[in-house]
Amino acid sequence: MTILLDLVVAWLVLGLAGLLRSHRIGWVAYTLFPAGALVALGIAAVGFSALTNGFVVERAVLPLGLPDLPFHVRLDALSGCFLLLLGAVGAGISVFAAGYFRVGEGTAPGLLCLQYHTFLASMAMVILADDAYLFMVAWETMALSSYFLVTTQHRIPEIQSAGFLYLLIAHVGALALLLCFGVLHGGSWLMTFDAMRGATLSPAWAGVAFGLALFGFGAKAGLVPLHVWLPEAHPAAPSPVSAMMSGLMLKVAIYGLLRVSFDLLHDGPWWWGMLTLVLGLGTGLFGAVFAAVQTDMKRLLAYSSIENIGLIVAAIGLAMLAYAFDMRLLAALALAAALLHTFNHALFKSLLFLATGSVLHATHERSLGKLGGLIRRMPWVATLALIGTLALAGLPPLNGFVSEWLLLQAFLTTPSIPHAFINMIVPLGAAVVVLTAALAGYVMVKFYGVVFLGQPREPSLMQAQDAGWLERIGLAWLALGCILIGVFPQAALDLVAAVTRTLVGSEVQRGPAPWWIAPVARMQASYSGLWLLLGMAGVIAVMFVLVRRMYHGRMRRTPPWNCGYPALTPRMQDTAEGFGQPIRHMFGPFFRMQRELPAPDDLAPRYRIQIDDRFWHGLYLPLARATGWLADALSVFQRGRLAIYLLYSFLTLIVLLVFVL
Amino acid sequence: MPSLTLAAQLLHVLAAGLLMISFAMLAQRRTRRLIVLLAWQGTVLTASTLLVATTAHLPHLYYSAALTLVEKVFLMPWILLRLMRRLGIEGDSDPLVNIPSMMLVGLGLVIFAFGLAQPISSLATTVTRQTLGIAMAVILLAFLMMIARHKAVTQVIGFLAMENGLFFAATSTTYGMPMVIELGIALDLLVGVFIFGIFFFQIREQFDSLDLHQLEALKED
Repeated sequence: MTILLDLVVAWLVLGLAGLLRSHRIGWVAYTLFPAGALVALGIAAVGFSALTNGFVVERAVLPLGLPDLPFHVRLDALSGCFLLLLGAVGAGISVFAAGYFRVGEGTAPGLLCLQYHTFLASMAMVILADDAYLFMVAWETMALSSYFLVTTQHRIPEIQSAGFLYLLIAHVGALALLLCFGVLHGGSWLMTFDAMRGATLSPAWAGVAFGLALFGFGAKAGLVPLHVWLPEAHPAAPSPVSAMMSGLMLKVAIYGLLRVSFDLLHDGPWWWGMLTLVLGLGTGLFGAVFAAVQTDMKRLLAYSSIENIGLIVAAIGLAMLAYAFDMRLLAALALAAALLHTFNHALFKSLLFLATGSVLHATHERSLGKLGGLIRRMPWVATLALIGTLALAGLPPLNGFVSEWLLLQAFLTTPSIPHAFINMIVPLGAAVVVLTAALAGYVMVKFYGVVFLGQPREPSLMQAQDAGWLERIGLAWLALGCILIGVFPQAALDLVAAVTRTLVGSEVQRGPAPWWIAPVARMQASYSGLWLLLGMAGVIAVMFVLVRRMYHGRMRRTPPWNCGYPALTPRMQDTAEGFGQPIRHMFGPFFRMQRELPAPDDLAPRYRIQIDDRFWHGLYLPLARATGWLADALSVFQRGRLAIYLLYSFLTLIVLLVFVL
Repeated sequence: MPSLTLAAQLLHVLAAGLLMISFAMLAQRRTRRLIVLLAWQGTVLTASTLLVATTAHLPHLYYSAALTLVEKVFLMPWILLRLMRRLGIEGDSDPLVNIPSMMLVGLGLVIFAFGLAQPISSLATTVTRQTLGIAMAVILLAFLMMIARHKAVTQVIGFLAMENGLFFAATSTTYGMPMVIELGIALDLLVGVFIFGIFFFQIREQFDSLDLHQLEALKED
């Protein structure tokens, strides 16, 4: 525990050290960020040991905070699991960031370094907190430091408004969490989590607390309909920051949801799980469909994050559902799927966001319509991004497949729940999960195909440079994580077993070897990453030998067939819009589309389509208008005279006193 | 009323003095006089706190009496007088409502405050419980003064007088607040006065006057 706290302090010290020479890129980038990555590795090691040591719970009381209200910290399997994630993924992002940030892009590097490391340290403290006070302080620090990171280029109006939206939703969510903790203490007015675990709440109040927690953490994680900030904030932020927010901060929200719904509240009724499951599935499908029609690569990834968060939350909902019916094994399976997917998403989504950062630096282009063919110019980034893409698409033998496999297994074994209504709903849920996973694959084909394959759509892309060596190390580290979890799935399952055992009192059935999982039974639904990898490698090797050595043995480079049309330009390739068109057509009611078609006799035809979120027009804008209207109505009271303002307070005081009287 | 101890009678006299000073402040036009009255109010407050400390044998009240003496009798009036000299404001400030009708409203407020304090003081167990009504009256009168003036400095004086009333209410019902809170409030007041001072300079810079009427221009339409 002491080591852990020292490491968190080390992050803060590194951040402050950035202010010493805030404009020296050599000092900030090549000294402080790699040092931050080392600290992250230390944090990961502590988290790892907390997971493997079994069920030792370490506690400490910090001599900080208010008098009589000190900060409590606690390290158990759940926090260890998320610390491992924070450290392992954070290390990769820090190394990448060391090569990424440059002078002259908004905030000075030293200040950025402070915000960045404060962000990391506050996430660690959220995970460690053992009382509502420290939790909220760290939670708000996290929100504020990430806000400043998002608005690094704060002179651009779009970025300002994106930052404002993010801050607004973060605060509404934090307010819900504050109220949630206010309910959770159950009248004891003690703010430690221990008191909340021991508190007995009436079912109605427990339901209120759970609803508030779902709202608060959902706002941070991006559950529909609180997702609107994600597609705005992610493109606005610098890529390592997007990676941290998507890869780490959303996971901290998942941590909070798990902590409150499994640890602080217990014995929830089954409808909590049902609500969470439905919300998660809706979010997943929504995110996948919207990701398919995006034309900005970071917006696409942001919607894909919404989709993955949806899957994770759906798995958590399933675990709660199973736990409510005391089906421990099933709950453990669903929870393990949720945790593994949390890990996986942190790895591959950070990897992809960082890769978009490299592409952005090389081409200064975020729009998919102006990229293409980068696999030739940026082979390193393209190869590593391919690993992330395949993982996100859920293809074996990478990690995305493992968690989606586990999730599906959990869904398919659910019909044993003794409740007819749920038994009808859950297979539908399984279908939605499959649809979402398939759409994610579609999205990834679009993302990778348009950015890296084909011909460069703009001449300026010919000058694109591959990423520097620090960025390559960062990307490779995350890609390695994707491969390791995919090939040794049982090892990863063993790691999270301690968490499932503490939260739901059971663990997933162990597979026969670290590379072989058998969550249901040995003969049914078992999967071995290593064997699959070896099999695929073998098939490829055999095909290679057959084709290259035995069939003809030579390689020809010829221009592709041009359909007999002589003047093909790179702009005639399938575009992001074109690729997404079938989805746009099939899921038409999801979108709010504005199309401008060129007239038949137009000499310079232009085709424009704008796709908006229905929630934006159906929920947020009316809310904003209502707020504005209310503010206007209240402005009658704004007279501008101080005496009248004082009179208002005076009259309020008198009225309240009369009330007492 | 049963016969009171000497200390309780003295305390009542001091409380009455406090109320008198409040009325005097309500009626006073000149800002410089107002500051002197504020210092007097602080003095009475110090005396009453000392009295409570000796009769109830509460050592921490000695500290808070000392704090009151330093802060409210010397420091704050000195800062305010200095501020006035620096800003070069002297002379009368006409209240928004004429003084006799203000006195009448003030009388009504005192009656209201006593009525309000009746059930509370019958619950309290301290020797000072009878004075709660006066303390509340002092708060309300100070508030009234803030409403009725339109010079920025008088607003601050009203604010400080209100705090005096609160402090008196705290000592009379519960023998004072915990030391931490008292220190905190003292610091807040000091900082508040400094910030007001800065605001005054800014307001004068902007409007060439410290009259609060000018601030109406800030209203958004």
